[in-house]
Amino acid sequence: MQFITPLLPAYPELFLLAMACVILVVDLFVSDEHRVVTYALTQIALAGALATTFLTSTAEPAYTFSGMFVDDLMSDVLKLLVYIAVMVLLVYSRAYIAARAMFRGEFFVLALFATLGMMVMISANHLLTLYLGLELLALSLYSMVALQRDSAVATEAAMKYFVLGALASGMLLYGMSMLYGATGTLEITRLAEIIAGLGAKDVVLVFALVFVVAGLGFKLGAVPFHMWVPDVYHGAPTAVTVFIGSAPKLAAFAFIMRLLAQGLGAEQLVEEWQRMLIVMAVASLAIGNVTAIAQTNLKRMLAYSTIGHMGFLLLGILSGNLVGYSAGMFYVVVYVLMNLGAFGMIMLLSRGGFEAEDLEDFKGLGARNPWYAFVMLLLMFSMAGVPPTVGFYAKLIVLQAVINAGYVWLAVVAVLFSLIGAFYYARLVKLMYFDAPADTAPIAPRGDVHVLMSANGLAMLLFGILPEPLMALCIRSIQASL
Amino acid sequence: MTFNEFVFYFFSTILILAALGVITARNPVHAALLLVLAFFTSAAIWVQLQAEFLAVALVLVYVGAVMVLFLFVVMMLDINMARLREGFWNYLPLGALVALLLVAEMVLVLGGQYAGFAGAPAPPPLPAGYSNTKELGRLVYTEYVYPFEIAAVILLVAIVAAIALTLRRRKQTKHQDPARQTSVRREDRVRIVSMPSEKRD
Repeated sequence: MQFITPLLPAYPELFLLAMACVILVVDLFVSDEHRVVTYALTQIALAGALATTFLTSTAEPAYTFSGMFVDDLMSDVLKLLVYIAVMVLLVYSRAYIAARAMFRGEFFVLALFATLGMMVMISANHLLTLYLGLELLALSLYSMVALQRDSAVATEAAMKYFVLGALASGMLLYGMSMLYGATGTLEITRLAEIIAGLGAKDVVLVFALVFVVAGLGFKLGAVPFHMWVPDVYHGAPTAVTVFIGSAPKLAAFAFIMRLLAQGLGAEQLVEEWQRMLIVMAVASLAIGNVTAIAQTNLKRMLAYSTIGHMGFLLLGILSGNLVGYSAGMFYVVVYVLMNLGAFGMIMLLSRGGFEAEDLEDFKGLGARNPWYAFVMLLLMFSMAGVPPTVGFYAKLIVLQAVINAGYVWLAVVAVLFSLIGAFYYARLVKLMYFDAPADTAPIAPRGDVHVLMSANGLAMLLFGILPEPLMALCIRSIQASL
Repeated sequence: MTFNEFVFYFFSTILILAALGVITARNPVHAALLLVLAFFTSAAIWVQLQAEFLAVALVLVYVGAVMVLFLFVVMMLDINMARLREGFWNYLPLGALVALLLVAEMVLVLGGQYAGFAGAPAPPPLPAGYSNTKELGRLVYTEYVYPFEIAAVILLVAIVAAIALTLRRRKQTKHQDPARQTSVRREDRVRIVSMPSEKRD
């Protein structure tokens, strides 16, 4: 066999891998005072990958590496969003990790490898690469959680994350091996063809589906596989929590799209996974939103709110059609933006030796710094789904998709639990504006953080008023990849 | 009995005896050495199945690396064998039950639709010059090069993470640096002070 593989579609991955290795070596020769060089190189690597992805984007899906890698519009859009999310969160994290002795080369290298893992997942067209990308991402995240090794909470969180993550990977692998047993292929496009050809319901396929969905549920943090989420979000250093809670969700969305919508999207199977997702979505909405009320720690509260948001994402996906998938994609993009802002704000208010992670710490923020209080208000309103913000629109289109798919009762349940959820977001707003400040330390972030944080908050308003361009992009990318 | 069969039974007998020896030997070093024998003999059986690459990998990885480490650990740890053996008769019923279940499961799996001799026919015989090391290498570096490289990156992440999580530089330790010791110059160590001599009273 002549080995000529068109490498063009994979240029972004190759570039990022090369840069990660270069940074790994350069960092050895950089002294602690000049560690900012590593930081700058990391940002350059991400910006370069962004440019490469943008320039190599093609209208038609391009397959390479013997059909294991696909580069379509959905993968390009999601990858661009991943780079932006990682770049923004590194800017937010910089002061925070510098104050906690984590401003080290390993942090940035692991962040780059995690990004690479997400890219592999997003562009996977083969169960093997899907799994390897997931492992690359997960292993980088486990070690980033544990990076603060003198903190007992962080170590415990890393341990839990690792053990439960390994369990989930095992389930996923088991499901994948059964898919292979039933169809004889691991390539997703071939898988879809063979399953469509099988016609009747195959018990092995349904059995495989159960394991695959359980594994996905673990990775997403959907109930009943959510146990790790609050502990990991709480225990990990905030800079890592925001990493876990933002960009990987985009990759997880791509994972679900590739595996469930593209690979197992045959009619007889959609019905099966729809039922499983309904159970997970309703349970996530209920437990996420109700338990969040009882939390006094903001990171834990946001963890439970994440579980609720994942319920909404599943609602979009389980509609099982173009509108539903696009609504899901829109929702996950908006979710990532909101999460970046909220955790960014926690890091902005924290300083060396002090974590602004309790609800109490936000008391009187309106008096201390009206602008940041307003940005946080926008973020919270968006999470709750209050009209002028984008959170409202995101929830609305998901509900529309669910109703179109014929599940009116599901939409009613989702609205009810969103209402319950609105309470704890509004409570934070109340604490910020109507309580006296407990902490009077000045808030003086770096200029770039200030600009990005403001933009992040205002994006909530901007996309809320003008959601069409983003929505159109989501519809186009899903259309191109289905 | 053909020669091929004879070789198979020869190695199988050694394998089973060695495996029995592993679990019955009183001395842990003997058990480890018998395990080496068991690995080596199974490698021989794999060669007979035309899986040379796997056989070589088994010898290199397990016999060459894993078992040597194992022997080191066994020799360095002072394991009290009498205490380990204490509960043998207590554990026997449960152990026997587990073993029975394992056998039953294996029979069920092997007799099932997917794994029976009908479901998995013997592979076609390969031509004489066929090298499966070459074939594996060809596949890994052509068709499967992408996952292979990702696996390599995962290993790199494991190295970075392991070092980041365990390497500690202690400032107080009084370690020696031979390079600095040998390259020391007189000026670094000896300070010549000029002092006027004093008269004895």
